[in-house]
Amino acid sequence: MKTLSSPFIWIILVVVGGASLLPILTNSVSLREDMFLMLMLVILASSINIIMGYTGYVSFGHIVFFGLGGYLAFFLMKEFQVQFMLAALVGGAGASLIAFFIGIPVLRLRGAYFALATIGINEAFRSFFTNFDLFGGAVGMFFNFSVYDAYGGAKNAGQLAYYAMVVLALVTIGTSFVIKKSKFGLGLMAIREDQDASMVLGIDPARLKVLTYTISAFFPAVAGALFFFKNGLIEPGPAFELHRSIEALVMVMLGGYGTVTGPIVGAVVYERLRGFLITDPTLSNAHLVIAGVLLLLIVLFVTAGVIGWVRQRVPALRRYLE
Amino acid sequence: MNIEALIASSIDGLMLGFVFGLMAMGLTLIFGVMKVINLGHGPFIVMGMFAILVMSQLGINPYLGLVIVVLLGLLTGIVVYFVAVHRVINAPELTTLLATFSVNMILIGALTIIFSTSPRGLDLELPSFRTGAITVLGTRFVAVLVAVGVTIALYSFLYRTRTGKSIRAVANNRGAAELMGINSSWILALSFGIGTLLAMISGGLLATLFSFTVLSGGGLEVKSFVIVVLGGLGNPTGALFGGIIIGLLESITTIFIPVSWVPVFEFVVFVLILLFRPNGLFGAR
Amino acid sequence: MFSKMTRLLWIGIVLVTLLALAACAPAPTPAPTAAPPTAAPKPAATTAPVATAAPQATTAPAPTAAPKAAEPKKLLLGFTASQTGAQQVASKKQIEGLQLWLDDVKKAGGIKLKDGTTYLPEIKFYDDESKTDRVQTLYTKLINEDKADFLLSPYSSTLVKAAAVVSEQNDKVMITAGAADDATMEQGFKKTFQLYTPASRYLTGAADALKKFVPTAKKVAIIYEKDSFSTSVANALQPYAKSIGFEVVLFEGYDTGTTDFAPFINKITAANPDAILGGGHFADGTTFSKQLFEKKVPIQFVAILVAPPEPTFKDIGDAALGIIGPSQWEPQVTFSAESAKAANLPYYGPSNKAFTDAYLAKYKESPSYHSAGGYAQGLVLQKAIEDADSVDPAKIVAALDKMNLMTFYGVIKFSTDAKTHGKQQAHGMVYMQWQKDSAGKLVTQIVWPLEAKSADAVLRK
Repeated sequence: MKTLSSPFIWIILVVVGGASLLPILTNSVSLREDMFLMLMLVILASSINIIMGYTGYVSFGHIVFFGLGGYLAFFLMKEFQVQFMLAALVGGAGASLIAFFIGIPVLRLRGAYFALATIGINEAFRSFFTNFDLFGGAVGMFFNFSVYDAYGGAKNAGQLAYYAMVVLALVTIGTSFVIKKSKFGLGLMAIREDQDASMVLGIDPARLKVLTYTISAFFPAVAGALFFFKNGLIEPGPAFELHRSIEALVMVMLGGYGTVTGPIVGAVVYERLRGFLITDPTLSNAHLVIAGVLLLLIVLFVTAGVIGWVRQRVPALRRYLE
Repeated sequence: MNIEALIASSIDGLMLGFVFGLMAMGLTLIFGVMKVINLGHGPFIVMGMFAILVMSQLGINPYLGLVIVVLLGLLTGIVVYFVAVHRVINAPELTTLLATFSVNMILIGALTIIFSTSPRGLDLELPSFRTGAITVLGTRFVAVLVAVGVTIALYSFLYRTRTGKSIRAVANNRGAAELMGINSSWILALSFGIGTLLAMISGGLLATLFSFTVLSGGGLEVKSFVIVVLGGLGNPTGALFGGIIIGLLESITTIFIPVSWVPVFEFVVFVLILLFRPNGLFGAR
Repeated sequence: MFSKMTRLLWIGIVLVTLLALAACAPAPTPAPTAAPPTAAPKPAATTAPVATAAPQATTAPAPTAAPKAAEPKKLLLGFTASQTGAQQVASKKQIEGLQLWLDDVKKAGGIKLKDGTTYLPEIKFYDDESKTDRVQTLYTKLINEDKADFLLSPYSSTLVKAAAVVSEQNDKVMITAGAADDATMEQGFKKTFQLYTPASRYLTGAADALKKFVPTAKKVAIIYEKDSFSTSVANALQPYAKSIGFEVVLFEGYDTGTTDFAPFINKITAANPDAILGGGHFADGTTFSKQLFEKKVPIQFVAILVAPPEPTFKDIGDAALGIIGPSQWEPQVTFSAESAKAANLPYYGPSNKAFTDAYLAKYKESPSYHSAGGYAQGLVLQKAIEDADSVDPAKIVAALDKMNLMTFYGVIKFSTDAKTHGKQQAHGMVYMQWQKDSAGKLVTQIVWPLEAKSADAVLRK
């Protein structure tokens, strides 16, 4: 494959993979926890970028797939003792299937209408799961601690979940890159620039968009499964939290929309910043305000995001910074 | 099923619907004029609530306080427009979404610091009218009057005054309006101010009806989205009717299905309307 | 001009982000300071210096002569607090209570062991934003980086559940307040101890009270917020109400985001109950009570969760009148050294009056049950350290398992059954009611259980 001969993808995978090894090398559990959350955000941001950055469709309620995957997998693990990686994959596939059926009608909407519809879908699922007693309803579900015995105890399970998250992040980034570089990705970007014109070129926008949406639903769903597996409990509120979706959008914009590296950089910067503001004793009271002001400054003055800006300023780097 | 409860609930829902409609009107006006989905809408509603709370603690009658809220809202809106929206007004909608989202974060953060997220309420009592199981709450009745009054005022402004006509011209076609010598920056700022003041008035009215916290805006913002879509994005009259429909829908379904299912029903309806009547229930096409 | 401004701003942003990154990045490196002998068991690291340092100087001349010689040792208590988000208010009160305990311990010169070693507790906490995803990361940080010796809990059942998972995974002792969930404490936890009366017993007392206060009452409506905590309360209440002879005419949950209760109240009225039990959290409970009042619903007995004990509940004026709320503790409770003697239990810690007065003096506000829970967290840990005469986690767990005593906060005894280990067994709820005092001011009174009452219950009109 020609795309895989690009130096860029190998650099980025090595950097992310290397960073993921840090907590294991330093044997720091708390660094591992930080990285776990960060990789999860990288996955969320990258998958939103796949649908939003490449096709221009703002999937505002993308977190719905995180919740769906989490719930499906959690149910399988709790009720049928399904091995967690298998359960996560089934959760991912289930969410993708749902995305496929939702996508067919909803992707016909454009612009703000699509964005609003995805919010509606997320809220509908959240309130549905609150009432759905098979999945615990409002109380949610939780593991008896003995579930972790199959993985050598709760501590070990956390470690395994981390490895799985690392792999998932690498796969997500790889997929994002392959899509961008493929003919498929070119078709998507044609849709982004001008959907009607793209049809003249013989592109079938509906098919492409639904396929992209289906793919972009898979990764957050698996991430949700891993997250709630480690978490040990799942409730409708935290699973379908619209705010997290919006934060992921912020990360994409922060890093640079439509690029492969952008969402990664955005997620790392955003999470680091929030983590710092929250744990710093003097700033923690005002952390929402500070984060808001910084975000506003970036949105207003660096519209292309960090990576977009670098690409504009240093053309030589373009080849290495997709 | 109980006929009396149904009638009582319909009346309750209908009256609340007017306030919901007013609340969504600000959001839809801003979208109609400048194609911006204002994610700062929730905090604006909350600001209205707390403005009324503070004034009632200072001994100002809440309804009198609404007049001050109008000025405060207009001013806030114009300032927010120039600080956060003006620079990116022509950027893709995602950019303005994020800009207004940062406004949301800043406002919620600031309000949390000032008021904490403690639940607040107004001790306000007005006489109610009652026959059998049916009660018309005084506070709600006044809220309807205010909502209707504000709607009429908004329409007279948009259709009768020169500035109002300029707003409509900018909404229709900004480029053409500028060619006609309209200073579109000011018109946009003014529209944002009006949208904000509508949100704040509705917040003030809601404060007379319910308890609230700094975080109440989140749910109301989402509800505003639903209403705006029902009425057609960018259509203020539609928003009023959308509000009434949501008010009625919520109150009537409560009688028939378990209340916790009401939001499921509401959001499914919302998505269906987007799919099949994207211009709203009353929209053309 | 514009591009210059952009550039300046950019430099500013880059600097800030770099600063932020720099401040966070070195975080993993300080590990070496505390870990020369590999990544061995953590608890040992904190207790080891005690063992080595103490025998030399302190054992021989110990308790009598040399209280000054013993340099107090630091004892780090870690937890997360909700400084922003939905749980902010209750969480703040909980920390204030804890802070008061810290002050008291400092005044007493620390926690003293028999060999003269003194421990001076310190607290460290981070903001969890009232969200579960941060809780677990922050607790891991508290355990591994800050090397917290013991853990206390965040506020609210959901957050505590998330924290408990991490503390159990890391084998840490955690004392929880602000969490009443039953299910969490039935997972076979080994080192988590619950101070709150569990949800299953939250409103059962209200049903008993109803039977006593309104003997003619037959039909009850149970309505509750569809969230984890309130649903567990309602699910436990329904069978209990039936078992003592009530007919449950309506059993329905409402969505967490519900703002308007008017239609729901119409539905409740249509079911014609004699009493309403249930509720959820602050905002919904307050609105619900307000609208009940506005609609002049003639139900004599209304008991709802969480909102009534909160002081701002009286914002709604006369609508608060007659509303009953379950509470873990109220300033009027009657736990005392005498009542402990009568119950054949040891009494530990300050008197109820001393706590309430000190709190009022420090914070200019009366304490709520969250405050009392916060203080009790520290108090129970202190007692366990004294009983165990050590800070060794295993000995602390043994001491907590044996604990059965009365404090100003009430009776405390934890379950020792393997399946429900650590669950609160003895602590009971009190039921408070908003009433008018002789001057016409709204005040809270305890009305149930009768032996603890500070005033007679009044029925709503």
